[in-house]
Amino acid sequence: MYHALLFFHVLTAFLLGAAVVMFSSFVLGGPINRPSKLVAEILWGVGGVGTLVFGVWLALNRPEYEICDGWIIAALVLWIVANGAGARASRDLQPSADGSAITVDRRAAFAHWMRVLWVVLLLLDMVWKPGA
Amino acid sequence: MSVLALIRDHNTILPLFLHIAGAMVLVGALALAGVYLIASWRSGSVALLRSAYMALFYAALPGYVVFRIGAAWIADKEGLTDVSNVTWLDIGYTVSDFGALLLIISLVIGGISVRRMNRGETPSPVAARIVTGLVSLVLIAYLVAVWAMTTKPT
Repeated sequence: MYHALLFFHVLTAFLLGAAVVMFSSFVLGGPINRPSKLVAEILWGVGGVGTLVFGVWLALNRPEYEICDGWIIAALVLWIVANGAGARASRDLQPSADGSAITVDRRAAFAHWMRVLWVVLLLLDMVWKPGA
Repeated sequence: MSVLALIRDHNTILPLFLHIAGAMVLVGALALAGVYLIASWRSGSVALLRSAYMALFYAALPGYVVFRIGAAWIADKEGLTDVSNVTWLDIGYTVSDFGALLLIISLVIGGISVRRMNRGETPSPVAARIVTGLVSLVLIAYLVAVWAMTTKPT
């Protein structure tokens, strides 16, 4: 059970990371068409829900972790702010009609790079587990 | 990710972070290249094709290097460099080496296509399909690697 939970937790974290890379490409001037935006949104959505569900499940499953541990609370907060920033960025990143690169306004780019920052901090928190 | 850090030694935090972050960038770049390549089949867009190859060169390759440096660093810190017959480690190295080979082949094919595009010639659709196949194969191989790294079969 534990190994299955861990596998899906890590797998969904990779989906989240893949989504961040894809959105970064759009913000940096890569072409953005409907299929690529859709795939990025699906990866972000499945990755986000998966990391949360399997992460909380893991915390409940393992006796050495408590859901109210500082590093787990920090991870939950980072997950929420990353999703907030991601929602803001996704709303402004709309595919162009011909699938070419789009001009990204500064607020959308800022929201996206904040999402990147939160996800990097989330990964660091998971690896470091401060206080565990 | 919680238990990738079952390795509790604080000396391994940075290498483990680099290993996972590099792997995430690598997987993300491969996924992006795959999506662009498939979209370029349907639309015939040269811009999408070029972007796919650029994603491999500017993101997948550096991601692979960081991921592999992190892996070697952890192995060194944990004294795993001389260990043999550890199944999960063998799977990891095999997938990593196999993935590197396919990535290099993809980069060479992509590089030739980009050169042709720069000369104003039409890029080969067969090359794009071969690279799509290779990228898909590498992604599946990395799925197996994630399974091996998390479940650590003996």
